[in-house]
Amino acid sequence: MKRVVITGAGTINPLGHSVPETLASMREGRCGIGPLDIPDVERLSIRIGGQVRDYDPESRFNRQQLSLYDRFTQFTLIAAREAMAQAGLTFSGELAARSGVVLGNSGGGMNTLDANYRAVYEDGKNRVHPFVVPKLMNNAAASHVSMEFNLKGPSFTVSTACASSNHAMSQAFQMVHGGMAPVMVTGGSEAMLCFGGVKAWEGLRVMSKDACRPFSANRNGMVQGEGAAVFVFEELEHARARGAEIMAEVVGFAMSSDASDIVMPSKNGAARAIRGALQDARLNTTDVGYINAHGTGTTANDKTESAAVADVFGAHADRLMISSTKSMHGHLIGGTGAVELLACIMAVRDGVIAPTIGYEEPDLDCALDVVPNEAREARVEVALSNAFAFGGLNAVLALRRF
Amino acid sequence: MSANKVDQKVMEIIAEQALLEPSEVTRDSTLEDLGIDSLGLVECIFAIEEAFDITIPFNANEPTEGDFDISTVDRIIRGVERLIADQKG
Repeated sequence: MKRVVITGAGTINPLGHSVPETLASMREGRCGIGPLDIPDVERLSIRIGGQVRDYDPESRFNRQQLSLYDRFTQFTLIAAREAMAQAGLTFSGELAARSGVVLGNSGGGMNTLDANYRAVYEDGKNRVHPFVVPKLMNNAAASHVSMEFNLKGPSFTVSTACASSNHAMSQAFQMVHGGMAPVMVTGGSEAMLCFGGVKAWEGLRVMSKDACRPFSANRNGMVQGEGAAVFVFEELEHARARGAEIMAEVVGFAMSSDASDIVMPSKNGAARAIRGALQDARLNTTDVGYINAHGTGTTANDKTESAAVADVFGAHADRLMISSTKSMHGHLIGGTGAVELLACIMAVRDGVIAPTIGYEEPDLDCALDVVPNEAREARVEVALSNAFAFGGLNAVLALRRF
Repeated sequence: MSANKVDQKVMEIIAEQALLEPSEVTRDSTLEDLGIDSLGLVECIFAIEEAFDITIPFNANEPTEGDFDISTVDRIIRGVERLIADQKG
């Protein structure tokens, strides 16, 4: 089997408009969550979110592009450009024919949908822009990345709610690992911070009105975020032959389905995915130094996830570090695993563990080292990234220091 | 809406969610007795809000923390009556 390494990374999210900015924010434990600035916010009962700030689409894209790119596509392309520039790859001939792009996304072009529903329902218009469909479709971002970078191999979008990005990256890993593609561009994005997007989440009554405080006894729900992260997964020998800088090695993954409840998480399903990733990567539990938690800040997730980690790691659960960066960037839903993989790269490459900020009170049901409030320096050999989605669909990735 | 009607309507909503006849729901029943899980509770709250055009302060992460007491059917009815008086009075 081929070894798979990461040779490029890019992002735009509430913590920064690039990877260096984002990692600096994670290191400082900065909070990217604040009051939502969106139309009709006064009709929402949840008025906070992790928005991408100081973002001017017109400075990044021309008018024709913007008529085709929903916000989730814009974020994806910005992240992909940074990742590709770092990787230094250009795609032509055989390399282009075999390399593809697999991205995670849950809501598609929610802002496009929201704006056009407003136009036809609220404003009573009977005509919409010709590109509404190609703009809002979930695969739009993957398609535009393929076009911008000439990726002509297997390309598609994976939609498994909060695990979309992890499922997508697992798939991309598998394609390179199995020799099907020399390079896969992967990650995910989400942009559902619009009136309809927040209103829908509000209905479920799991959102916090003030902050995302994962693992803290006084946590009271999740906070939505938006943004994207994109990575270049490359076959090791291919990367070596061209002298590429290697950020980390992807060593394994696993997926599992709870097959039990549409919203309540399951300890067994989560534990099977974590254990499966270790087996796939041929790792011992004691190899793992850091876990980027799914850590949504809901009562149910954090308790179940802590129990699953304790179950899989036994005594080692008390020695490893586990943090939820959602406390800083919010829950990016279909893009969340991608942004969170950055924290795993920082752990194995830079030896810096991103904190769980907003941590106020210990919870006996989450009695793990959650790296409260301040980043920590530690040498980490292996990091895991957890994602446990609504629908009971789980995906866990394992990264190793290279 | 008279107090009696509020109480009947709330019990109907809860019964429907529990897949029971309204006569099988008593004021001292707990949601647990009736087999209503957390998702069922969120649906009950929504249905009650819609029926009476009120807003119920409820966060599924801390169901017992808010001002709205869900410990028994009776407490829910009293809570709804109070919210109607506060919000529609």
